[in-house]
Amino acid sequence: MLVVEGLVKKFGGFTAVDNVSFKVDQGEILGLIGPNGSGKSTIFNMLSGTFPPTAGSIRFAGSEVSGLPPHKIINRGIGRTFQIPRPFRRLTIFENVALAGYYGQGSHSLAQANEAAEKALAMVGLPTDRTASVDGLGAAGLKKLELAKALATGPKLLLADESLGGLDETEMDQAADMLRKIRDELGITIIWVEHIMGVLMRVVDRVMVLDHGEKISEGLPSAVSSDPRVVEVYLGTDADATQAAAAEARR
Amino acid sequence: MTSSVTLQKLVPWIVGAALIALPFVYGDPYHLHILILILIWSFAYTSWSMMGRFGLVSLGHGGFMGVGAYVTALLWNHLGVSPWVGIPIALVCAGALALVVAYPCFRFRITGHYFALVTLALSGIVLQIITATRDWTGGSLGYTPSRTTGSHLAALQFDDKTTWYLIALGVWAGGLLIWYWVDRSMDRYALEAISEDEDAAAAAGVNVTFEKLKITVISALMTAFAGAMYCQYQMFISPDTVSGIAISLQMVFAVVVGGIYVAMGPTVGAIITIMLAEGLRVGFGTKAVGWDNLVYGVLLVVFIIFLPKGILGSLLARIRSSSKR
Repeated sequence: MLVVEGLVKKFGGFTAVDNVSFKVDQGEILGLIGPNGSGKSTIFNMLSGTFPPTAGSIRFAGSEVSGLPPHKIINRGIGRTFQIPRPFRRLTIFENVALAGYYGQGSHSLAQANEAAEKALAMVGLPTDRTASVDGLGAAGLKKLELAKALATGPKLLLADESLGGLDETEMDQAADMLRKIRDELGITIIWVEHIMGVLMRVVDRVMVLDHGEKISEGLPSAVSSDPRVVEVYLGTDADATQAAAAEARR
Repeated sequence: MTSSVTLQKLVPWIVGAALIALPFVYGDPYHLHILILILIWSFAYTSWSMMGRFGLVSLGHGGFMGVGAYVTALLWNHLGVSPWVGIPIALVCAGALALVVAYPCFRFRITGHYFALVTLALSGIVLQIITATRDWTGGSLGYTPSRTTGSHLAALQFDDKTTWYLIALGVWAGGLLIWYWVDRSMDRYALEAISEDEDAAAAAGVNVTFEKLKITVISALMTAFAGAMYCQYQMFISPDTVSGIAISLQMVFAVVVGGIYVAMGPTVGAIITIMLAEGLRVGFGTKAVGWDNLVYGVLLVVFIIFLPKGILGSLLARIRSSSKR
């Protein structure tokens, strides 16, 4: 469904993403993990058209989408959420989502937008009442709204950016189950970027690990979490890596 | 409850009918003159607020107004083109000017203060062009469209204040209709979203540059039309009265004072600014030339700090919150 080849992004002399290639299959949930500054968000921003790649190709559903402006990419069927929820506070919850339905699907039909908004709000578990204000939402509610906005654009592929930051454990589990539900019920393929490894590993089909802009590991969650290179960069310190390796050896 | 709702729906019609009937009942020419000025300027301020309410603060709308007034008048005097044709040409010119200035700004994401500065240059440039081409435009001394020897209708020149009052009333109501039309459209949500967070709006599928251009061109066309109307009514235009930075700032002031987020805000702003200018003129005569600008400046600061929603906006917000309780 999505084929990324030789993706590179340079900011001045700094290479944020260095020659990354990967594929996502229809109906899959791909986890994308890596420490801070490893290039996860940069990859997301290129996939969603926030900025063009320096080099490389992004083919979605058979056609090249790299370098297209964001609204065109969304109309092709790639929706996204932001790491920090970015609601429009001057609009109601319903208007936030209806807006995404109106412009995101490229249909510019009011009836279709309202229908999409109602479905998306029901899916994430927010009230479909038209007057509810964004100000009444807490951290978990804002993340749900962020997700509802992305769903209303009618994506075939959803880019979910660190959707669990700032949530407690129950909320985290609920959010993870939500992503799985979105895949199972709506058939939406998902790329999920996350810091928190535990919850992610439980839900995703496959994981890709980045470090300093390079892909260092890819595969099934069980295989990747025992990959010594992943353990080393992900846990950060040598001591941790040695400990993990020792634990591995003892087994 | 239902009776109060139907009453509320009737209010605009009753007020409208009263406004139409006014000149036939009360014909004092000076007061009608003031009312005509208020209506034309209300329309100009409404035009500015079309984009101003979405955080697109333009300090260059004097430029669009000047284009509307001068292009119409020049075509009439030099080529004998009727304002019925001249005004559409002037609008095309203003629209083109808006695109030339705004497209690079929006494409390269010049927003906020920087956008305001670019537009400030626009009003300065139009003013300079009018003064520099004084052989045609009369420069800073001003310009007078030739009196028609033929049909008054074809020349859009009327001596009768009642006629002008009704035209101005229609133009003003038209401005309000456009305001409501945008307010009820999906474009309003898109523009609100853009004014809060351009990236998030783009992620919702909004073509940010296109939406901003659209509202800017609508606003510029309306402002140019206001300039043309002012020219046809006053039969005298000068860079100081329809163009330049002073006029641009006056628009911002009037809208902020009246209320930037409500339909009638610019109208309230026009009533206040014109009463103020006239009050100073009548009360102090030539001694008070330029005082109105000084008062605008001080009031603008005071309003932005203490009453950012403007007079009407704050009043409506208060009524709404007290009726909820």
